[in-house]
Amino acid sequence: MAPLLEVRGLEAQYGWTKVLHGLTFSVEEGGITTILGANGAGKTTTLRAVCGMVRTRGEVTFDGRPIAGRATEDLVRLGIAHVPEGRGTFVNLTVEENLRLGAYARGGAGLGDDMARVFQYFPVLMERRRQTAGTLSGGEQQMLAVARGLMARPRLLLLDEPSLGLAPLVVREIFRIVRTINREQRVSVLLVEQNASLALRLASHAYLIETGRVVMSGPAAELRENETVRRAYLGY
Amino acid sequence: MDILLQQIVSGLATGGIYGSVALALVMIYEATDIVNFAQGQMAVVSTYIAWSLLNAGVPYWAAFVATLAVSFVGGLLLERIVIRPVEGAPVLTVVIVCIGLLVIFNSALGWVYSYIQKPFPSPFPDRPLRVGNVYFGAHDIGALAVTILVLIALYCFFQFTTLGLAMRAAAQNPTSSRLCGIRVGWMLAIGWGLASLIGAVAGMMVAPIVTLDPNMMAGILIYAFASATLGGFTSPGGAVLGGLIVGVIENLVGTYVHFIGTELKLTVALAMILIVLLVRPSGLFGRTAVHRV
Repeated sequence: MAPLLEVRGLEAQYGWTKVLHGLTFSVEEGGITTILGANGAGKTTTLRAVCGMVRTRGEVTFDGRPIAGRATEDLVRLGIAHVPEGRGTFVNLTVEENLRLGAYARGGAGLGDDMARVFQYFPVLMERRRQTAGTLSGGEQQMLAVARGLMARPRLLLLDEPSLGLAPLVVREIFRIVRTINREQRVSVLLVEQNASLALRLASHAYLIETGRVVMSGPAAELRENETVRRAYLGY
Repeated sequence: MDILLQQIVSGLATGGIYGSVALALVMIYEATDIVNFAQGQMAVVSTYIAWSLLNAGVPYWAAFVATLAVSFVGGLLLERIVIRPVEGAPVLTVVIVCIGLLVIFNSALGWVYSYIQKPFPSPFPDRPLRVGNVYFGAHDIGALAVTILVLIALYCFFQFTTLGLAMRAAAQNPTSSRLCGIRVGWMLAIGWGLASLIGAVAGMMVAPIVTLDPNMMAGILIYAFASATLGGFTSPGGAVLGGLIVGVIENLVGTYVHFIGTELKLTVALAMILIVLLVRPSGLFGRTAVHRV
């Protein structure tokens, strides 16, 4: 089966500084793929490059269609929901308004059903639906960010470090929900993480990047067993 | 007592107009960090459009609605054509562009319509309204009502429609808005259109009071700045309330403090800007801006 997202020779730069040096990777339909790497390796930039949020070169195809150079606003209409670094929550808007915005590109048909479904995964958001998002805890805001992404009915969910700044228990809870969503909604996931041990347990396929290049890739189970990965990223 | 009540109501009427222009300023400032110095002058252009329509024999409310439509489209186009290219430019660049617009509109109006003051009709009866022993100017009451209606309509638009929600989102977090598929550029343009529309209402409501000439809004823009500063440049509701407060204070001070009278009224507005900036720079309802360095 052809991969849902295929990226070839991806380069990206901020000003004069090149951050990605020809990245090649792919995301299988229905699977969870993770990109691991240390701070500054280019993980976030990779997702931003896929979504046209930074100047890039290289080939990006989604569902067989080239999407490189497409405007960020269009990607969600093609079926890619990006949950950005730092969650990107609209802090002055209510939880419900945040979710409505998630469905904005679809024109809002079936809004009620989708919201009900999202509340099943994240019951706490149901309780807080009338609160402004800024009053939520970090974990709840991350849940809201994922929920907002789901409201777009995406085929591919891009998650940028959902574990950032959260307590380990909360992170585990969120990862568990992501797995459930992946199974039940048939949403493919591309997860970018610093927390390698959790990410490798969740994902089926993994890429390891260092300074903007893929240095290793394979089934997640294989990377987990790899000596180098274990020493450098898993810490035992 | 009766005079006090009259002065308060007439203060609220002009205050509503200051508040509207202040709201237009705040809307654009919130979305783009631009202080649109041309806001008042744009409103004068709208008012002249209304004047031309009325002169051509169009009934008042038809001319009113047509002016709103033209103003909306005009504001939208202005953003797309003139402001868009300087989006993200240094503050001074944008300020100069706005002042340039002000000067161009002002001169163009003077050229086309001359600088001679023109009477502008009020849609409300000449006869004052009598409540008990107190007489209220019908135009004051009418203008206040129109202003309030427009504000309620705007509130409902922003609060209850998807487009309004998208516009609030775009003003707050452009990056996340793009990820949600919101076309942020267009939201900003619509914001300019709405601001221009609000200004048009303010212009048409104030023109019967001050008579129409190309410099009509110069003083009112300063009152609007006082209103926005008082209410807080980051708070739409605060700007409107600030406008009402400024309007009432201006009127009362003009009536009861004799050395100020009508000539020094504008000084009151400037003094209020100064005091607010010294005592509470974020205004009554504004947020304090925190910048990470």
